[in-house]
Amino acid sequence: MNSLWLIILTGALTGAMGPGIPVLYATYGELLVERAGLINLGTEGSMLMGACFGFIATVETDNVAIGILAGSLAGALLSLIYAYLVIKRHTNQLATGFTLALFGAGITAYAGKGFVGSRIEGINPVAIPLLADIPLFGRAFFQQDILTYVAYIMGPLLWAFLHYTRPGLSLRAVGEQADIAFAGGRNPAAWQFGAIIAGGMLAGMGGAELSLGLTHCWIEGMTAGRGFIAVALVIFSMWSPLRAMVGAFLFGGAIGFQLQLQSIGAPISPFVLDMFPYVITLFVLTFWTGIALRAMPEGLKEVLKMNA
Amino acid sequence: MEHAEAEQRDLSGQFQARCIDLVKPLIRSLTGIGLALVVFGILLGITSRNPIRIYANLFSYTFGSTAGLSEVGVLMIPFLLTGLAAAIPARVGLINVGGQGQLYLGAWAATGVALYSNIDSIWLMLPAMAIAGSVGGTLWAAIPTCLRQWRDVNEVISTLLLNFVAGLFVNIFVFGPWKSSGSYGYPYTPNFSAAAILPSIGSTRLHWGFIVPLLAVTACYFVFGRTTWGYNMRAVGGNVNASVRRGIPVTRYIVVAMLSGGAIAGLAGMIEVAGIHRHLRPDINLQFGTMGFLASWLAGHDPVVLLGTTFLLSSIMVGGDLLQISANFPSAGIYILIGLVFFCVLGFRRLRDAAK
Repeated sequence: MNSLWLIILTGALTGAMGPGIPVLYATYGELLVERAGLINLGTEGSMLMGACFGFIATVETDNVAIGILAGSLAGALLSLIYAYLVIKRHTNQLATGFTLALFGAGITAYAGKGFVGSRIEGINPVAIPLLADIPLFGRAFFQQDILTYVAYIMGPLLWAFLHYTRPGLSLRAVGEQADIAFAGGRNPAAWQFGAIIAGGMLAGMGGAELSLGLTHCWIEGMTAGRGFIAVALVIFSMWSPLRAMVGAFLFGGAIGFQLQLQSIGAPISPFVLDMFPYVITLFVLTFWTGIALRAMPEGLKEVLKMNA
Repeated sequence: MEHAEAEQRDLSGQFQARCIDLVKPLIRSLTGIGLALVVFGILLGITSRNPIRIYANLFSYTFGSTAGLSEVGVLMIPFLLTGLAAAIPARVGLINVGGQGQLYLGAWAATGVALYSNIDSIWLMLPAMAIAGSVGGTLWAAIPTCLRQWRDVNEVISTLLLNFVAGLFVNIFVFGPWKSSGSYGYPYTPNFSAAAILPSIGSTRLHWGFIVPLLAVTACYFVFGRTTWGYNMRAVGGNVNASVRRGIPVTRYIVVAMLSGGAIAGLAGMIEVAGIHRHLRPDINLQFGTMGFLASWLAGHDPVVLLGTTFLLSSIMVGGDLLQISANFPSAGIYILIGLVFFCVLGFRRLRDAAK
């Protein structure tokens, strides 16, 4: 029994990073947006754009790097619509985000139609010498594709950016009190614009990792709500890029664990484990309310009408 | 400014001003829709389809044939109900994006009654399912309500997350214990008995369930506009602190509004399974909750305007089905037009109205 569980756990670990990375990128992106005091539910659409156009570009050019670039640009392009409507036209953020998610689904279904069934080489895993040989964890963490390693580094970098640089301070200031940031000589609209575009780019990159690194194919609507999971993970991580890494790892682990359980025929519905990311986030919000409320950017509270 | 001037005019002048207030946004919206159609037409043109012929076909099918019009009605039923599920809480200042999940739970509860009770009479069965459906939706809406009241958890986030949980919850049953042995491996429950089916009208897919959203819209119109409740709801939505000082039981209004939203979305779920699918399956919910939320937003949470916005969205969706068949267009592709319509209409609004 013990050894069986060990096998399951290592299996879950090995499978944990893979599915977690696309979500992690989208989470980083959404985190930047929410730190700027906005909530972009269109992340789902940006991810789909990245997955679709990253895949198309890779098929057409046979070059993964161009695919990744095209994916991030496509994600950023979609978030441009959000940025214009929300910042310039003051539309409701939730309604605009939902519309964007639908719009992304529409565009990608339309553009990707001819590419369903195309095969590509994709991004291949590279083992990091020495580190990959660590028992149990080595293969899980250090035999991955390049975007995974970038994601490892990006978490601490984003954290350092937000807390130890002037632009990071400006971004957070805009998210907390746009008026005061304005009085302090910063242009809130410009910072929010930048955050939204960067967020869309990261979400697109996550989408590209999904279609290029993970599945090596394009399927209509393949993100299946991962963009919304990213929104959940941002809240779960209480707006910290480091905790976002933990969240994405837990999400990937739940998927890996579920695949392992299914392969040994455990009598648990796979859907129960799929609920994990959502339910855990709800639990975090419920039981750490005080901490969550303190961590939440003030600008975001206004959007969610929490200052009443 | 306009309002101040209108007050000084005589009664007919006031009436005129009010008409202008109503017509102006309508013109802006129609301009937005027109622009969206032009952009979408260009997109169709790029991919060597003739946009004018396609639009003509869509128009004559959607508005000129029984089949088309009845399909618009079929879609309007869930859109209206999930729209109200967002509009009622919005009146007291809550944002319910959980229509999707509440609809799922309503469908689930109604299916439970349809499959596991031995009621033979349609007059007992359908009401029993309707009650089960609305209770299911209410209970699902009770989770975010409780979390909000006791733990200060924001309802936007909790209802959004619970949508996904609800879909998976239904999957557990549809792929598991409720799966029919005669569905060739598809995740469907067994078909309902005749007593559990909402009869259709003529040979169309439109069914008698259409009465429910019409009644609900009428009820909401009167409650919102003509009763003390409606007035108090607006007060709570406008300023909670002032309402507390005025002696309005704010908590009660918030809880009741949220739960009624859930009940109505749950009812939509019951109507979908009993009227259209006649069994439960994972794909009963085609973005109904999201579309209802968007329709309600577009309508400014006004139940009468909601009739117009849901009609618009349903017509586009029906047009999408035709596009799929006749112009070899992917079914999700119609979301492009939906998105464009929203972008243009929201973008064309006066900045003063936009934040509402």
